[in-house]
Parts: sequence; C-alpha cells; structure tokens
Amino acid sequence: MEAFGLLLHGFAVLLTWKTLALMMIGLVLGIFVGVLPGLGGPNGVAILLPLTFTMDPTSAIVMLSCIYWGALFGGAITSILFNIPGEAWSVATTFDGYPMAQQGRAAEALTAAFTSSFIGSLVAVLLITFLAPMISSFALKFGPPEFFAVYLLTFCSFVGLGREAKHKTVISMSLGLLLAGVGMDTVSGQLRMTFGSSELLRGINFLVAVIGLFGISEILLTMEERLALRGHAASISLRVVLSVWKDLPKYWVTLLRSSFIGCWLGITPGGAIAASFMGYNLAKRFAKDPESFGKGRIEGVFAPETAAHASGTSALLPMLALGIPGSGTAAILLGGLMVWGLNPGPLLFVEHKDFVWGLIASMYLGNVVGLVLVLTTVPIFASILRVPFAAVAPMIVVSCAIGAYAIQNAMFDIWLMLGFGVVGYVFKKIGIALAPFTLALVLGNRAEDAFRLSMIGSGGDLKVFWSNGLVGSITTLAIVLLFWPAIDALLGRVRWTQRTRATSC
Amino acid sequence: MSQTDLEIVVDDPTAPEENSPSVTISGTVEIIVCLLLLVLAAILGYDNWRTGASWDSTGPEPGYFPFYLSVILAGGSLYGLIVALVARRGAAETFVTRAQARRVTKVFVPTLLFCLVTQFLGLYVASFLLIAGFMRLVGKIALWKSLLTAFLFTAIMFVTFDIAFDVIMPKGPLEAAFGY
Repeated sequence: MEAFGLLLHGFAVLLTWKTLALMMIGLVLGIFVGVLPGLGGPNGVAILLPLTFTMDPTSAIVMLSCIYWGALFGGAITSILFNIPGEAWSVATTFDGYPMAQQGRAAEALTAAFTSSFIGSLVAVLLITFLAPMISSFALKFGPPEFFAVYLLTFCSFVGLGREAKHKTVISMSLGLLLAGVGMDTVSGQLRMTFGSSELLRGINFLVAVIGLFGISEILLTMEERLALRGHAASISLRVVLSVWKDLPKYWVTLLRSSFIGCWLGITPGGAIAASFMGYNLAKRFAKDPESFGKGRIEGVFAPETAAHASGTSALLPMLALGIPGSGTAAILLGGLMVWGLNPGPLLFVEHKDFVWGLIASMYLGNVVGLVLVLTTVPIFASILRVPFAAVAPMIVVSCAIGAYAIQNAMFDIWLMLGFGVVGYVFKKIGIALAPFTLALVLGNRAEDAFRLSMIGSGGDLKVFWSNGLVGSITTLAIVLLFWPAIDALLGRVRWTQRTRATSC
Repeated sequence: MSQTDLEIVVDDPTAPEENSPSVTISGTVEIIVCLLLLVLAAILGYDNWRTGASWDSTGPEPGYFPFYLSVILAGGSLYGLIVALVARRGAAETFVTRAQARRVTKVFVPTLLFCLVTQFLGLYVASFLLIAGFMRLVGKIALWKSLLTAFLFTAIMFVTFDIAFDVIMPKGPLEAAFGY
C-alpha cells in the first residue's frame, strides 16, 4: 500500500492554516462562479489563474482545484432552484430537480444533489489514488511514438465518439492545433505563422484563448437569451439532510452505476455532459416505473449528479498520469502546471511527489469541506441571482481582461481575448464544439514534438507507430475510434442482414 | 422566518420580445464561417509551405506538421461549406433575431470600448467607466448605486492584484498622478 503512505504524506503537506484558508477561498469563489450565469468551471478557473502566479505550485493547485469543486457544486443550485443549468452537465439535474423544488421539496433535492456529487467525486478520487501512480509508472516506459499515439487516441476519440457533426469537430481541433503552432518552433527555433508581427512571436496563449472563448462569449450568449428568472429560495435544515442520508442505502445501485459511468467517461475524453445524461437515462431505464421520472423523483437527481461529478473528477486522472486532460477544465489546470514550471506527465509522480499527493489529498479534503459548505450556505448563494445582470456582466468582463493581461503582461492579449470571444460566440451558435479546440491548443506543441521526435528517430518511417505491440495497439485503437461511426454502421448492417437471413430461412 | 418556499423573482426589464424578426439564419453564418476558415487555412498553409513543409536531413521541417493541419482544416471547412449549401434549401433556422442582435451589441460595444480605453488610460479607469456606464445606461440602475459599485469593485481589484498579489495591470495617467 505505497499509495496510502504517500496519501498520508499528502495530507501532512496540506494541513497548514494557509492551505486550508486558500481551500475555503477557492471553494467559495468556485460556488460563486458556478451559480453566476455567464461563468462556469473552465472560465472561472482560467480567470482566477493569475491570482496563483505568485504562489507555490502546491498552494496554487489546491486553490484552483477547489474552485473547480466549488463550480461543480454551484451548478446544481441554479438548476434545482431556478431550472437554469449553470453548467451543461447540470442540464439532466433540472429534469427532476426543478419539479422537486416546485413541490416544495427543494431542500431535499439540493441535499440529494450535493450528497451524490460528493459520492461521485469520492469514487473517482479513490480511483485516482490507486490507479494514477500505476498508470504513470507504466507510462514512464513511453517514448515519443507511444506519446504521440496516446495524443492521437485522444484527438480521434473526440472526433469518433463526440455527438457533434464530425466535420465540425475536425475543424475545431485542427484550428486549435494550428494556432498552437504559431510563434517559435520548439524544435528548430524557427518562426512560424507570425507574418512578421512581434506580438505573434510569443504565440497564442492557451489561457487567453480560453478566457475569450468561454468568458466573453458566454457573456454575449447570456445577454442574448436571458429572460426573467423565477425560482425558489431554500434553506436546508439538518432534519432534511439526515432524512435524505437515511434513505441513501436504498439507492446504492443507482449511485454505483452512475459513479462507474462517470469514471469511465471522465477518463476517456467524453466528458461530464455525456456522463450526466447517460447516468440519468440508465437510471430511468432500470427503474420499475420509468414514467415517474421527470416529475420530481429523487433518483433523477442522484443519477446525473453522481455521474457528472465522478466524470469531472476522474478527468484529472489522465492529466496527472499522462499529461493529457480529460476535460476542458482539466486542460486549464494543465496550462496552470506549465505556468508554474512543472512538466505534466508521468515524471510528475517521481519528481514532484509533494505536489501530486498534495493535490490528491486536497481532492478528499476539498470535497468534504465543500459538502459542508454548500449545505450550510445555500440561501446566501441562491440570493446572488438577485443581483442584476447589468452589474454582474461588466464585472465579469473586467475580470476576464485582468486574467488575460496578467498571463504575459501584454495588451495585445486583451485584444486577442476579445477576438476569441467573438469566435466563441459564433462557434457556439453554429454548433462547433469548443472543447476539442481547447484540448488541441493545449496539447498541440507536445503532440507535434512527440511526432517529430519519433519521425527523427525512425528516419521518417510511419511504421514506427506500429513498431511494437503497445504503440501499435494504441495507434490502431485510435484509428478505429476515428472511424467508429462508420464501423458501427457497418456492423449494424451485417447484424441486420444476418438477422433477416435467419428469419427468412 | 421560514424560508423553505419563498419565491425569488428576478424580472429582466430588457428581456427580448417574442417574435422578433430574424436578422440572419444559421445556414448563412455557417457558410461565411466556412469561407473565412478556408481563407485562413490557405494563408497559414502558404506560410508553412514557405517555411518548409518537406523533409530535410534532420527530419521534418518546421512547417511540416502545421502544413498538413491546414490541409485538414481546409478539408473540414470545404465539407462544412458543401453541407451548409445543401442544407440551405431546407428549413431556415434563425441565427439571431433583431432584438437579440440589439442586446448582444449592447454588451459587445461597451466591451470593445473598454479594451480601447484600457489601451490608453489603463485598466482601472476603464473598469470604473465600464461598470458605472453599463449599470447606468444598460441596466437603468440608480446613478449613485452604479458609481459606488464601480468604485468599490475597481478598488478591490486594485488592492487584490496590484498590491496583494503583485500582478501588475496596465496603468494610465491617473495612476501615475497617484504615484503608481
């Protein structure tokens, strides 16, 4: 049980007043960000990242990951009380959460949401604790071809398994990879795609793009659609909490199933959104009376929330172990690691033990503290929505600008952020997903380096990606996933013809 | 006071009216975006070709990887263009209605002005003007409330970033007058 000892060490790193205080600040900011319309997990983390530039990496990541947990908790508040999902992954929570609030069972629904979020993350953190060190020590044997194959797998699974139109995912991803290449070439030192501009020399910073794409564009979208809000205020009493917890064992199958789905979808870059819907749909399918879903059934809150949080948390597993983020927010945390001078990837577990185990320990602690915090402070946070949007919107714009400027102290980045804001707004409206773009932008240079190093090693022979069993099977899997929709359709047709033949005989 | 079922109602005085006429449809926007992406792919592709997109003695040249990416981008946008052109004959989905466009402009133009002012007068002055102006003119909130909120928020930002965390923001003549 080496992991257990290291985890205890992580708690020891964490248990100082300063870190605990940062944790509380992070959680409060996170819930705030999750509740406010026009801000969410990814941009909240991106905007607040500059605050951490002068901190040591461990305090910085503890604060940032707590912002993330807070945002995950916060999304549930607005979806249950106001029927407005603060985040896309809270959409499924509104199906049964809002009807419960309408029936005057808001406190019950909120308790259920927070508790199941907690359970989902806990399962995922346990998975990270024991699986991440194993994967990373395995990945230490990886050379450039293996790494490129893993990157390829990430990109291909986005295209093949995503719900959006395939060509739109391809556009979003190749654009991200291209923009990642702007500036100085890391291998040869030559300039690329700068067109003689000294501003472009620095390259297009990933975090600036994220702040524009998510922060500014979200303000534009919110302003466009915002209608009057009508919702319920609620405070949670201890009696309600205990009665919900008493019934918890009854729903163990739902909770376990959703945790499982969440962990799986979080590790593969499918995301929390898919997980929450899948958790909900499966709970509905396996229920004895599916028609009672959507009318305020507590399981309809348990299922999607558990899955969304399990997936949001387990998205950090590939980020820690391989340096490949499983979600947009994980990608931003990865960007943070690079800013603090850490090199994400399997070596992290060897070279920065304090950091990694401090982070994992903070996931346990942050979730417990977060649960207590949201259960006690719901009324305060719900009242944030009474603040007029006309006051909130300009403040978010200013925060975005501060965040964008602070990264490289460049005025040009503020303009870049504005540009990405417009791009994000238009892309969202015509259904080009932004997550592949984000992922490509953060991984672009690393993927290219891995590709070029393997090409140099093999003398330009593409067979290097099939040179041994490991790299070969990853590459093949990547290609299968890329063409998965076509393969799936083909298999379906084969099965169909067989069945028709069997019936006609 | 029992709060269990108190209703919170937030009315939005600037809510868009229903049935506002459509300004553009999604299909048209999609076509424009695909065309722009095609142009971008061509420019970037050309630049990478110029840098060198083939192989030399040490391996792939710097433009190799991005050149093929611009080919993929061009392919994706061309496909998107064809799909959008074909779908155009079918049902037209509204991209933005006139009322929506007006509301988006209301937040976009101030943001643009904010960036301009930041460039010349520094971020904090711009921040004060943006918040106060937006609250007063767009939100129709009382002048004293707008000014107070703007001042407090800007002051908090200044203390947090420039003083407590040493993250230095762009400044203009006003801050210089105070010695920052």
